[in-house]
Parts: sequence; structure tokens; C-alpha cells
Amino acid sequence: MENPYLPYPVRIDSIVTETEDRNLKTFRFVFINPEDEEKFAYTPGQFAELSIAGKGEIPIGIASSPTEKGFVAFTVNKTGVVTTHLHNMKEGDVMGIRGPLGNWYPWEEMEGKNVVIIGGGFAFTTLRSSIIYMLHPDNRPKFKDITVVYGARNPGMLLYRDELAQWEQRDDMDMHITVDGTDDPDWKYNVGFVPAITEDKITSADNAIATVCGPPIMIRFTQPVLEKLGFPPERIILSLEMRMKCGIGICGRCNIGDQYVCKDGPVFTLAQLKQLPGEY
Amino acid sequence: MTAKIFSKKEWTQALEELKQAYRVFAPVKDGDFHTFMPLENGKQPDFDYPNSRLSPKSLVYPESERMFEFSLDESDSDAYILKEAPKDFSPQAVVGIRPCDSHAFQIVKRNFDNPEYQDPYWVQHFESTTLVGLGCNTPCSTCFCTEVGGDPFSEHGLDALMIDLGESYLVKALTDKGEAFLNSASGGNSADDAGLQKAEELAASAREQIKVSVPTDKLQDKVATDLFEAPFWEEVAFACLNCGTCTYLCPTCWCFDIQDEISGKRGDRIRNWDSCMFPLFTLHGSGHNPRDQKHQRVRQRFMHKLKYYVDKYQDGVQCSGCGRCVRYCPVNIDIREVCRKMNEF
Ligand SMILES: Cc1cc2nc3c(=O)[nH]c(=O)nc-3n(C[C@H](O)[C@H](O)[C@H](O)COP(=O)(O)OP(=O)(O)OC[C@H]3O[C@@H](n4cnc5c(N)ncnc54)[C@H](O)[C@@H]3O)c2cc1C
Ligand code: SF4
Ligand code: SF4
Ligand code: FES
Repeated sequence: MENPYLPYPVRIDSIVTETEDRNLKTFRFVFINPEDEEKFAYTPGQFAELSIAGKGEIPIGIASSPTEKGFVAFTVNKTGVVTTHLHNMKEGDVMGIRGPLGNWYPWEEMEGKNVVIIGGGFAFTTLRSSIIYMLHPDNRPKFKDITVVYGARNPGMLLYRDELAQWEQRDDMDMHITVDGTDDPDWKYNVGFVPAITEDKITSADNAIATVCGPPIMIRFTQPVLEKLGFPPERIILSLEMRMKCGIGICGRCNIGDQYVCKDGPVFTLAQLKQLPGEY
Repeated sequence: MTAKIFSKKEWTQALEELKQAYRVFAPVKDGDFHTFMPLENGKQPDFDYPNSRLSPKSLVYPESERMFEFSLDESDSDAYILKEAPKDFSPQAVVGIRPCDSHAFQIVKRNFDNPEYQDPYWVQHFESTTLVGLGCNTPCSTCFCTEVGGDPFSEHGLDALMIDLGESYLVKALTDKGEAFLNSASGGNSADDAGLQKAEELAASAREQIKVSVPTDKLQDKVATDLFEAPFWEEVAFACLNCGTCTYLCPTCWCFDIQDEISGKRGDRIRNWDSCMFPLFTLHGSGHNPRDQKHQRVRQRFMHKLKYYVDKYQDGVQCSGCGRCVRYCPVNIDIREVCRKMNEF
């Protein structure tokens, strides 16, 4: 019988330290059995359980895009037992990945629309996956304007800095990088909190869908800005976190009302969340 | 389907022989309580019992179960790679299970065996199990199976049903599994009309004895967020110790945790029953906890059983009316009262 708890064995292919405080690292994995890569077919917005024998499993959003072949990538913040152990692992080490899990951003609905992406801090991972996916030549024509607002505390805390700089240069998307503050006199981009920059740079909700990922406080202050711009709750997309174990809606841990964040989410519209108890 | 009558002595003898084909579990007197145990090492079944204190859910869903094993020895070619832990899925029979506890398996089946994912451990344990029920001639004061879709003589989810006729048992096969079980049991005579008639009378009398009223009819139509915001949760939770007894004993509670354990250069991934009554259940690595207050956890338990489950599956509540949580809660929190409050709100 198929066992949904059994991870695919993977090898760490590369590790990149993303932030100045060294608390965030991006891990690229390759599947030890090449056929597993196909079985792990995913869509941006999904997550996976990273499994370390002897330490446990953690749910982490998939940061690579299905258009990037030969590896999957995750960006992990050092927090507790498993994440700390992972941060101490080396290239070549063997571990496991279980997934893909959960639902994804509403790609079909986003087709033919303007896409607004708003991210803060290290919750930018599945948004990176989404941007890479949309910018792929096969996919770019499916979407109208792409506007991204991404902020971090300071320049050293921004993820994927090389890619951000490249996106800034492109003329087929609008990239707004911001930091809460900086003492770097050469800082070329915005200074200010994400909600304020959103209010400044996003001018219309016409034919647009907004996806928001970030710390709770950022989400709380961005929501009214979007509503003022005219985004109805059906067109505001959020990705949630809950403590998880099974990742497949069976262990009973991650519910909000009758929805399991691991299986029915992690992606919800604001309209859906308004129907659920505010317990997250 | 076959129906036979065995003298009580014959039945005990038959179970003894059935051990060749099945791992046979039955209620065994264990101190002040009864527990389902394998009939090994001279253990004798005692079917003259109200119900077991621990529900028999552990026979399909053990409180602690090895999922995988692994080596941490770098010199092994498969170091750090998880392998399925060996399991015993040979046929087992649970004899004397109460109808409410069989109903409970059907309730949790929706969770473990759903269209998207099948929990391989639960499903294979369940498939290898033959459930031989025992009708309740004398329901307890805490029983309310009739209020939640059950009955003291319900055949729902059972493979066979035993009925205590005094000196003998009437045993009816209900499924192919039950038929196979009964056909492997030696002794007994085909059930006669007098026996069947007596069984009907016992069932009617048992139903009569359950007087409590626990209406659930309005739960479905309530708005979940209204019930969630209802003013009575702090009062309901006031005395709760968050001890977890209610969820541990409950045959319809299914939440689990997954942990790795290592010893030397090898280890296991294990799943253990967990409880929504404990604050750790929902604690994030960041320190944030959506249910850090006691009343939030108590509310979760009742809302899950009496509202979220109802909404999700549209087929009744996640409670079989066994009454264990009512009987053993150290501070007398009573799901029947909470259900009335919710239904009336
Ligand atoms: C859908 C989803 C996507 C996520 N994506 C990312 C990401 O891209 N990058 C990132 O750094 N973090 C992400 N997280 C958070 C990450 O899962 C936790 O930080 C991580 O589980 C902490 O594990 P730990 O063992 O280091 O911490 P400990 O505090 O030691 O946790 C022990 C165990 O509790 C559970 N747990 C603790 N916190 C959380 C949590 N917030 N969410 C879920 N389970 C938890 C895990 O099973 C963990 O192994 C995501 C969480 C979810 C639910
Ligand atoms: S048994 Fe009673 S006191 Fe213990 S957690 Fe359950 S409701 Fe609370
Ligand atoms: S909630 Fe209480 S009465 Fe209902 S099945 Fe569980 S233990 Fe039995
Ligand atoms: S993590 Fe198990 S139900 Fe969601």
C-alpha cells in the first residue's frame, strides 16, 4: 500500500546563506532516485515536509519553480530543533523530502489578470517560486502586468538579492524593493514599510489579484490598503502557517474551523478566511 | 448469514480454538476495570462488563506506533534513508466490542481512509480486523449512543454480533468476515426462533433504558463562527485541568504527533497519540500559539466533535455516545451538557 508518510531520499546539492544575520539559508536538493523528481511534480504555492532522520520533519514552502529542472529549493529560517540541525548540514548530506503538499496559488484564475505580489521578510519563498514561474517565456503571456512589492528590515535581510536586482532591470514587470530602514548611503530603492509602499505604488485593483505573504503584522496593515484600493476579499490571496505534522489532513493538528491548513490550504482567499474562526 | 447459539462455556472454548487463525482480543478484568487484551498466557475473557475503560481504538490505531526505521551509521549505504518498519497485519478478532466502539471506528474511518489519502497503518490494521460486537443488555448511566446515531444493539460496522441470552450467546454473522469467523468456531447450534425472539426483547428493553436526551439536530444549521464566539466557552472550560483524559479515552479522537527516537546508530520514526488539550499541540517555532488559552483548547475539542466534523462530512457528530469522557473527567465536564448548549445557542 502506498505510504504518504515516506519521504523521497534527496542529497543536498548546494547551500547559500541568504541574509547578513546568517539565519536564512537556501538549500537545493537533488533526488537520489531520478524518477522521484517526476513524482514530486508541484505548483507554486505548495510546500513539502523536509525530513531529517533522527530529528524530525518540518513544513517548508517550495522556493524553486517547476520551470527550474533538476532540483528543488527551500529557504529555511533557523528557529528550533530541525531547522538548526539543517543549518549545520553540508553539501552532499542525505535527507528526505515528502510532498508536494497543500494547495497552490489560483493560477487559472490569475490568467488574463494583473498580478500584484506583496511579500515581507522571509515569507517571500513561494512568491519567488511564483515570480520565476510567471516570468518563464511559456507563461509570461498568460498574465498582464506583474507588480511586486517586497520588503525586509534592512538591505542585509532581503532574500535572493541577485535575482531582485535582475527583476528591477526587467521591463516586463514592476519591481518595488523596500526596507524598513538603512544607513547605506548608496541604497537605490525604497525606504518604508510594505503597506505604505503598497499604497504608494499600486494604483488600481482593476482586473487584478493580490497575493500577500509576510509576518502577521504586515498582513494586518496591508489588508486595509488593498481594500481601499478596491480589491474585494475574493481577490486577496494569503498563505497561512500552522504547526503541522502529517501534512495530509490526517493528524488533526493544523485546523482552522473545519479546514486543515496543510491540505485545504495553505493558500486561502481573504473571503474564505472571513468565514472561518479567527484562530491562527 | 449464519446465526448460532453457543452455551457460554462452548463459546469460551471456541475462542480458544479460534486463536489458531486469529489474534483474539477480548475484554479481560484488569484490577477495577476491563481492558481489551490478547487471549494469551491463560488470560480469560470476561464478557460480563459495562465497557472497557480504555477504548479498543488502540487495536487498530496503537497509542505508539513505529512508522519507519533508519540507520545513522555513515558506513551503511542507506544511512539516513527511511525504511518501512515491519508490521504484523495478520488477522485479528476483537470479540465483545460494544456497538458504540464499532460505530467509533466508522466515524474515524472518514479521517484515516479518505478519497485523497489513505493512512496505510490504520487501513491495514482495520482491514485485518474482524469486529465481533456484544449487544448491551444494560447500558450505563453515561451512555447516549441512541442520541448520536447508534443503538445498544446496533450492527453498524460490525462483522458479527453476540447477544447475551443469559446462559448462552446468540452470535449472528453480519459480513463475510463475520461469516468466516463464525464458521471457524466449533460447537453451537443453529439459532432457534425462541433465541431470536429473546434477542429482540433484550434490544427493545436496552433502548428503553437510555433516557437521556442530547439533541444534535440544530448543529448543522448553525454558523461555525457564531458558535465559536458563543459566550459560554470560558464557563464550560473553567474547571478543566487540560489533563487530556477525555481525548485519550475517546474512541473517536484521532490526533497524533510524529517523533524521531534514536538509540546509538539507529532510530525510528514513531507516531503517538496527541491531544488538542495540550498547549504544545499548536505552538509554532516562533513562539506564537493560536490556542494558548485553556478555553480555546476546550472549545476546539467540542467544536471539532460537534460542529467542524458535522460540517465536513455532513453525516452526524464525531462522538459515538460511549460516555467515557463523561465518566472519567476528573472535574465532571459533560459533553452532553455542552452539546445541549451548542444545539440551543
Ligand atoms: C505551510 C508552511 C510553510 C512554511 N514555510 C517556511 C519557509 O519557507 N521557511 C521557513 O523558514 N519556515 C517556514 N515555515 C515554518 C517552519 O515550518 C517552522 O519554522 C519549523 O517547523 C520550525 O521547526 P523547528 O524544528 O526548527 O522548531 P521547533 O520549535 O523545535 O519545532 C518542533 C516541531 O514543531 C513543528 N513546528 C514548529 N513551528 C512550526 C511552524 N511555524 N509551522 C509548522 N510546524 C511547526 C514542526 O513539526 C517542528 O519540527 C512554514 C510553515 C508552514 C506551515
Ligand atoms: S478530562 Fe476533563 S479536565 Fe481533563 S482535559 Fe478533558 S475536559 Fe479537561
Ligand atoms: S466524546 Fe466522550 S462520549 Fe463521545 S465518543 Fe468520545 S469519549 Fe465517548
Ligand atoms: S498537519 Fe496533520 S492535519 Fe494538517
